[in-house]
Amino acid sequence: MSGGALLQIRDLSVAFGRGTGATRVVDRVSLEIDAGETLAVVGESGSGKSVTALSVLRLLPYPNASHPTGSIRFRGDEILTAGRDRLQRLRGGEVGMIFQEPMTSLNPLHNVEKQIAEALRIHHGLDRAAARRRIVELLELVRLPDAERRLKSYPHELSGGQRQRVMIAMALANDPELLIADEPTTALDVTIQAEILDLLADLKSRLGMAMMFISHDLNVVRRVADRVAVMHNGEVVEHGSAEEVFERPRHEYTRALLAAEPSGQPEPAPRDGGPVLETENLRVWFPIKGGLLQRTLDNVRAVDGVSLSVGRGETLGVVGESGSGKTTLGMALLRLQRATGAIRFDGRDISTLKPKALRPLRRGMQIVFQDPYGSLSPRMSVEEIVAEGLDVHRLADDETDRARRVAAALEEVGLDPTLARRYPHELSGGQRQRVAVARAVVLKPSLIVLDEPTSALDRSVQSQLVTLLRDLQARHQLAYLFISHDLTVVRAMSHRILVMKDGRIVETGEAQSLFRNPRHPYTRRLLAAAFGESADTLDESDSVII
Amino acid sequence: MHRLRIRLSPLNRRRWQQFRRNRRGWWSLWIFLVLFTLSLFAEFIANDKPLIVRFDGDFYFPVLVSYPETDFGGIFPTEADYRDAEVQSLIKAKGWMVWPPIPYSYQTINYDLPVPAPSPPSATNWLGTDDQGRDVLARLIYGFRVSVVFGLVLTVLSSFVGVAAGAIQGYFGGLTDLFGQRFIEIWSGLPVLYVLIIMSSFVAPSFWTLLVILLLFSWTQLVGVVRAEFLRVRNFDYVKAARALGVPDPVIMVRHALPNAMVATITFLPFVLSGSITALTSLDFLGFGMPPGAPSLGELLAQGKANLQAPWLGITAFLTLAIMLSLLVFIGEAARDAFDPRKTLQGAES
Repeated sequence: MSGGALLQIRDLSVAFGRGTGATRVVDRVSLEIDAGETLAVVGESGSGKSVTALSVLRLLPYPNASHPTGSIRFRGDEILTAGRDRLQRLRGGEVGMIFQEPMTSLNPLHNVEKQIAEALRIHHGLDRAAARRRIVELLELVRLPDAERRLKSYPHELSGGQRQRVMIAMALANDPELLIADEPTTALDVTIQAEILDLLADLKSRLGMAMMFISHDLNVVRRVADRVAVMHNGEVVEHGSAEEVFERPRHEYTRALLAAEPSGQPEPAPRDGGPVLETENLRVWFPIKGGLLQRTLDNVRAVDGVSLSVGRGETLGVVGESGSGKTTLGMALLRLQRATGAIRFDGRDISTLKPKALRPLRRGMQIVFQDPYGSLSPRMSVEEIVAEGLDVHRLADDETDRARRVAAALEEVGLDPTLARRYPHELSGGQRQRVAVARAVVLKPSLIVLDEPTSALDRSVQSQLVTLLRDLQARHQLAYLFISHDLTVVRAMSHRILVMKDGRIVETGEAQSLFRNPRHPYTRRLLAAAFGESADTLDESDSVII
Repeated sequence: MHRLRIRLSPLNRRRWQQFRRNRRGWWSLWIFLVLFTLSLFAEFIANDKPLIVRFDGDFYFPVLVSYPETDFGGIFPTEADYRDAEVQSLIKAKGWMVWPPIPYSYQTINYDLPVPAPSPPSATNWLGTDDQGRDVLARLIYGFRVSVVFGLVLTVLSSFVGVAAGAIQGYFGGLTDLFGQRFIEIWSGLPVLYVLIIMSSFVAPSFWTLLVILLLFSWTQLVGVVRAEFLRVRNFDYVKAARALGVPDPVIMVRHALPNAMVATITFLPFVLSGSITALTSLDFLGFGMPPGAPSLGELLAQGKANLQAPWLGITAFLTLAIMLSLLVFIGEAARDAFDPRKTLQGAES
């Protein structure tokens, strides 16, 4: 414990609420960051890592939040008792902050110049021309292409990665000594994620700042951290150099977290299966209309000529970045999205069936969505949610049979049947996702489209869900169409993989061989970004412009 | 209160608490409910027939049953006129009768006024009489009832039509929505009051015909909010999940989408209600409303305008309308607070 640390957090506690209803979300956390060093704070959602970071700038909703114990010293100055002026100098001045969601943390009504100028004007009082020179300089520093022209762009005109670069430029505007990055790459695609991480590492070494890096993603942390603090239930359970923590974890929670990476492989698919779902040259085009008569000028080709087949008991992984059309493909296959091209389900062409004729077939093909909070109606109990499909298809003979089937489905997905009376908001994210799976399997379908089912969940919950899905598949010969951008999960789930980019299939093949030796340059790039090595190490001739 | 708690979901219970926290709205609701309940029993409060008659050892209930005068030893086989001195003395001879607190109905004409009608407030006519010698308080009670009942029925019907139209437009979108919106734009561009005046001049005005005519135009109010809500909801994952389950569209609309739209709708309702009441009042004021002789606040206002020398007419009508509409607006505000997710959640924390 040297006295010269840049940021020193001692015995910090954070409580929400007052009186007897108060809950302590951070409990006696001690951390310190030296100048020029990166400390990663790792933990699952609810572990108190973001709250700790926000306390450094006193950005919590006081007085609802309070600090029963502890002190935070930045360069020796106590922050918890600092006055307004000191805090003002701290925020955006000596300490910069990057948030997770670049869309909501930029003001949608301000252009790029105005966003960054705000920080400059408050702290430096620069005039317009000087401010603009500085802004361009900053945008070049964060490698925003075409910096000069981007000054007048609004946030919605930028891509996710570009927005995050603007955020970083804002945080850097006043040469901070400490940068707090709260899940800065979580909302981004893997290849963009890799670029942003490279950028942060580069900036850190060039500008010599310290960084407090909050993340739940161990892959990311491994790439940037000098030291790592692991948080669990509001406490720091392990604290040490990155190498120590990753190679020789001492605390069992850290070990669990490291082992939580979804791993293993699905059981081999039965050979005699035959296709459950087939499609040829499937297209979903959204017309772009213009002109006086609203004539179709061009089309957005969300899905463009995709042919695929999924066999009984087989998982087909669909991989791609956001905007590649993989979700639209899933929707189109279930006829939830208008499309052209043949779709054969169980040998029957369903692409032209009327809704009424399609209804009985819907029983056989189900879907599980990404967001476990949005996919369950908040006003229905778990039992009502799971039983809805039973009622539509009149599968239950009577009330008791219905309750029995619901209980069986809940048990099958590893939930206690007594949860049936609860409402979704009383369940955790993992439990909700299991309810969503139960809603699908209660109908005994032959195909389930899994649209990013693990993306909103913590790693440890992810691997439980992956295990559950593999079990269900083996038991019921389910066919899965597994849509995900997360290659770790896809590798653990899929028999075959299909890589999509801009609505087209760029590569398809057996999962193991595709991971071992990807042929298409885009696939290589994805793999490189996801599994550690920087994309730069690839052969220059292989890289493509994304 | 206890039974209510058990039925409500946790969210609704919080909303109910939030509603009660707005003291003004909470009191307004009670005052309004008491007034409305009283006015529903207007026949027992203001009537030109006694509540109970004891005659010759038998009980009679003239408010509920019509008795011929001959029952009381009179001459005419028509219904007894209990305000007639002759009939009163016949009954007094062999029994007694109990009058309601206000011994006038809305159409009873008080022929023994000391001054020409409209007569000022006095011990017999607490709020005076109108220009035909009818008791203002009695007409007020009946008029209030007609206004509120009319407003409620119109509100229920127009929200039913409006929610259905908004739901269909929002849920199906596309051309349905396009044509629906254009139709509503044109329809609400019509000069409503003139159309109403024209229509009520060749349709015999009555409670139900007026209701239909006003309904033609008032249903559009809720379409916008409900449509917006359905447009949002139809892209929710749980709605997509229901479609994937094969749930038919009407069921999805009612079970999954409608509850989302109900918040906006319920918030709007008190304002729709006060709008409906005002619409009826203005038609009555212009003389195109309820049939002649019917008790109505608008007609009272018109009389106040025609008889400026009798200020009790105008003042009474004005105060009644002002208080009634204020109560409704206060209730509406409290309802809006109750359904405001920010306030409701705050309530949960403390």
